[in-house]
Amino acid sequence: MSKAIQIRGLRYRYPDGTQALNGIDFHLDAGESVALFGANGSGKTTFVMHLNGLLRGEGSIEVCSMPLSDETLEQIRSKVGVVFQDSDEQLFMPTVLEDVAFGPLNLGLSPDDALTRARTVLKRVGMAHALERAPYHLSAGEKKRVAIAGVLAMDPEILVLDEPTTFLDPPTRRDLLTLLRSLPQAKVVVTHDANLARALTTRAVFFDQGRIAGEGDVIELIQRFHWEYS
Amino acid sequence: MHHLVIDRWSRGSSSLHQRDPRAKLAALLVFLIVLSTTRPAAQWAFAAYAIMLIIAVHSARLPILGLAGRAALVLPFSATFALLTWWSGDTLRALALAEKSFLSGMAALLLVATTPLTGWTAALESWRAPRMLILVIQFVYRYLFVIAEQAQRMRWAAVCRGSHKTGGFRLATGLVGVLFARSWQRADGIYHAMLARGFRGRFVPAAPAPFRAADALFFSACLAGCLAVRILL
Repeated sequence: MSKAIQIRGLRYRYPDGTQALNGIDFHLDAGESVALFGANGSGKTTFVMHLNGLLRGEGSIEVCSMPLSDETLEQIRSKVGVVFQDSDEQLFMPTVLEDVAFGPLNLGLSPDDALTRARTVLKRVGMAHALERAPYHLSAGEKKRVAIAGVLAMDPEILVLDEPTTFLDPPTRRDLLTLLRSLPQAKVVVTHDANLARALTTRAVFFDQGRIAGEGDVIELIQRFHWEYS
Repeated sequence: MHHLVIDRWSRGSSSLHQRDPRAKLAALLVFLIVLSTTRPAAQWAFAAYAIMLIIAVHSARLPILGLAGRAALVLPFSATFALLTWWSGDTLRALALAEKSFLSGMAALLLVATTPLTGWTAALESWRAPRMLILVIQFVYRYLFVIAEQAQRMRWAAVCRGSHKTGGFRLATGLVGVLFARSWQRADGIYHAMLARGFRGRFVPAAPAPFRAADALFFSACLAGCLAVRILL
């Protein structure tokens, strides 16, 4: 099976000296969904920031068979869509429609095409009624949907979701899960939510102090690392 | 928050809202030049400028008092110089100084209250304004909201823990320090999110509308009105 992501020996040290990643080997098959588990500060978010070159560490990263470099950065950012944990960081344009059109415009689409694509994905995530609303007036669940729409509008092959259910109530989590399951992209899901991981992914990777401490079947990994509090 | 209200105002649908941002920006520039070169003795001219602005605000269906109140925020700065001028014995010049600063503020506010940020910054860009300046305006606008929201949350948290009893300078300096660090962190997160969606140092305007005959007519009317007041009064 072709690899959507192939990473070998990834290391990253923050400027303050913290060694956040210490030799990560990881792969993601095309169309596969993988959960990333691990305690706070174990390096999960630092890791996903490398998947589209927001952070650049040592080691090799290939996305859709393209090695990550300055030359391929733009292409890779259009292939890897990152949905950040805090939707407020992701929504920065004055209206929902403009925010979702932001990515397609940066990809070089004409304004008409970008707006058409933005409307299409907003309809897909169930936010077509909020085109002209200001993002900061939406509920947490609506913000998350718009943030996902902003990423889908770039037509990525891989979705990276950092704690997608944080701040969401149970019904909104359920709706979000239904939406995510309907998306065909390969997914990397950073989460503490074992239910979400079981419902959305088949494989899991467990991070511990910047290393991968275990990987395999998601249910087996949840049991092995006692990753449920009930 | 002021900029949230102005943001909402700028999404109106009046005929003034529909004018091309370039036409409005050009009209503002003409207004500011004419206003700044008006003699202090020409008090009727200042009254006429104010009437022109009131008509524009009314046609934009904006609250005149809300706009005037926000424009008055410039007065504490200009009033200082106006007071110094008044003390030196030139009452008319002092009055004109305050009038000019208030009317300038009102006119600039009218532009941003009838034009979304992306519109008037795109107009600036079309005029070849320095890209760095435009970027700074756009980032300040976005981060202002972030910082204001962060400050409000911290203030609430402080109030919940009885800051009204033990607050003061020490608390304020602590809040400002933490606010700076958190805002920097948040701003960094926003910048990363922008990069992740292909941002390359330029906000691409979503829908650049064509410059229509009505826009040219609007600018011509503003130009004629301003020049008429400047020359005749």
